[in-house]
Amino acid sequence: MSENVIRYHRPGHRTIRNRWFAYRFNIRVLGIALLSAAILAALMIWAVTLGTINLSMREVIDATLGHGTARTELVVNTLRWPRIISAVLIGFCLAVSGLIFQGIARNPLVSPDIIGIDAGASMAAVFWIVVRHDTSQLPMAAFCGAVITAAAIYLLSWRDGVVPNRLILVGIGMAAIVSAATSYLLVKFPIEQVRPAIVWQMGSIYGSTWSDLVAPLVAIVILVPLAIIFMEPLRSMQMGDVVSRSLGIPIERVRLILIVIGCGLAAVSVAVAGPVGFVALMVPHMARMIAGPHSGSVMIFTGLLGGILVLLSDVAAQFAFPISLPVGVVTSAVGAPYFLYLLYRSNQRN
Amino acid sequence: MAVSVAPQSIPGPGHRSRIFVDMLRVLGLFAGLALLILAGLMSLRFGSLELSTRDAWNAIFHYNPDVYEQTIVRQMRVPRTVIALVVGGSLAVAGTIMQGVTRNPLAGPSILGVSSGASFGVAIAVYSLGLTNNNQYVWFAFAGAMLASIVVFIIGSAGGGGATPVKLALAGVVISALLGSWTSALLLLSQETMDNMRFWVVGSVAGRSLDVLKGVLPFIIPCLIVSMFLGHQLNVLSMGDENARALGMNTSRVRLISSLIVVLLTGAAVSVAGPIGFVGLATPHIARAIVGADYRWVLPYSFLTGSLLLTTADILGRVVTRPSELQVGIVMAFVGAPFLIYLARKRTMAN
Repeated sequence: MSENVIRYHRPGHRTIRNRWFAYRFNIRVLGIALLSAAILAALMIWAVTLGTINLSMREVIDATLGHGTARTELVVNTLRWPRIISAVLIGFCLAVSGLIFQGIARNPLVSPDIIGIDAGASMAAVFWIVVRHDTSQLPMAAFCGAVITAAAIYLLSWRDGVVPNRLILVGIGMAAIVSAATSYLLVKFPIEQVRPAIVWQMGSIYGSTWSDLVAPLVAIVILVPLAIIFMEPLRSMQMGDVVSRSLGIPIERVRLILIVIGCGLAAVSVAVAGPVGFVALMVPHMARMIAGPHSGSVMIFTGLLGGILVLLSDVAAQFAFPISLPVGVVTSAVGAPYFLYLLYRSNQRN
Repeated sequence: MAVSVAPQSIPGPGHRSRIFVDMLRVLGLFAGLALLILAGLMSLRFGSLELSTRDAWNAIFHYNPDVYEQTIVRQMRVPRTVIALVVGGSLAVAGTIMQGVTRNPLAGPSILGVSSGASFGVAIAVYSLGLTNNNQYVWFAFAGAMLASIVVFIIGSAGGGGATPVKLALAGVVISALLGSWTSALLLLSQETMDNMRFWVVGSVAGRSLDVLKGVLPFIIPCLIVSMFLGHQLNVLSMGDENARALGMNTSRVRLISSLIVVLLTGAAVSVAGPIGFVGLATPHIARAIVGADYRWVLPYSFLTGSLLLTTADILGRVVTRPSELQVGIVMAFVGAPFLIYLARKRTMAN
């Protein structure tokens, strides 16, 4: 059957085609993605050497492979790697989730926090901190909050299908209700109890352990390949519902799957780190300004760029200021200048 | 094509019904005004302190400073009622203009960096000068709002091409994120700042004197008057930039004037009452659901709806948890959001 399809060839594109799958990619974009993967790997190793105890590159590699002293192995394998990997994973999750939501809604200002996911997680976490005084189950509580809110929003906006605009409006409404409840908790209780809750809401990966990494890793391994499959229909859906329906795309199903993927990625990252702003909203724009419109490779690049941004932000948050800050406070400070440069450049090009 | 006739002079099918609809809309405006007055009176009557209707009446028309109840009405309830009316209306009109200019249903008045600028201004005032009184925050908030939006404009229109809505909005979101992170850093540095800011950030109309409002009224009133004449421009702009330009509109000038109005209205409102975000975002949708997509009608309707919504939310906040009070920013979300969800479900709101 595929022999009957007219194959047009886009310049700069290559296609891998075999019995199981076909994947078309832009060589330039794939090159950018590979380059950013290499940069990310180098940055990660560099980040491990940093800290109150300065280690050489050699000591880091030895300790990672299990040939180091007991002291360096503790520092490298127990304290530093989990935090660095969690920064990268969270950046990846958030950026991809933002890309998905902006694609579904065809609106450049959408991000998972507008759909109410951050608000739900924050509500649950603040409740847990202020009322229960218990931080051991905090990620689980935040995750449940995020999932319940997302499900409620989806159900409330369902009416013979989910139109993106309705989803967003219902999401804004839900987010407003839930964050009003959060504000109520924040002004009702004395400042000593409220302070850790406010700090949690700034987004931090301080004290990550290996077990914190399981959820985001599983989410990425399962959800991102799935999302890549649906990037082609998503790209066609940018032309509007009517066009994509006439192309034979089952819009409703694609949308539902992508919403579930986007919510899952956002919920996992919020559960681990709290709401880290800026990444989900801005990194997709950065990636598009550098690499061009939606495609599977651009999505991978977006995720890698998110990882780089959060990792650099966490390094800056730990060492660039007199006090150690939560990473969420720094992401916008690190990302904004670069974003503004890209914005300026794209303004000049037009 | 050579003979051009003003459309309203063509008697034809639908002509009569259009006049009828316009009359209904005018009637609706008067009904809204009546509701607004009613809400204002209720706001004087109800509160954490029980008093009679006679007390409220006398406080306005036969004021006797020796009667405790009347002093409460004059000193506490009149200011917060007037502030709620003005702030609600201003935020709603600003939100409507913003959504019209950007053609984006998600654009609120805070998108130009105004609210986060105001918050940062207040955080600096609290952190470095140790201010603790809402009445002292106003000019810091206003200055912060103005500076932030000026930066947003400069960045959004840097390079060639001028300030397109998306670039302006993105610049606004980035600057908001940046200022938000600086505010967070200040909160982390001092627990006292955190303690004061958490109340301001929620948004409230209580405990402000009328002088605070009088200070910013010279910005609000001219902006409100000009904005009521922007309906036609926003209608043309809603057809897209290219169509608007083809019809002979100077789109960048209209956009600049509209954005200036949004910044001034929001800046003034936020510096009085704190960042009550939801009014500006939701009210335009509610007004459109009532009166249709014509901005000449949406603008006045959104003013009435915003005032009404904020005043009602303030009354509820005083009554529901008597004798303590809920901040209007919290009640606003609880009252307005279910309504927004209901509207979103009821109608096809795809622009």
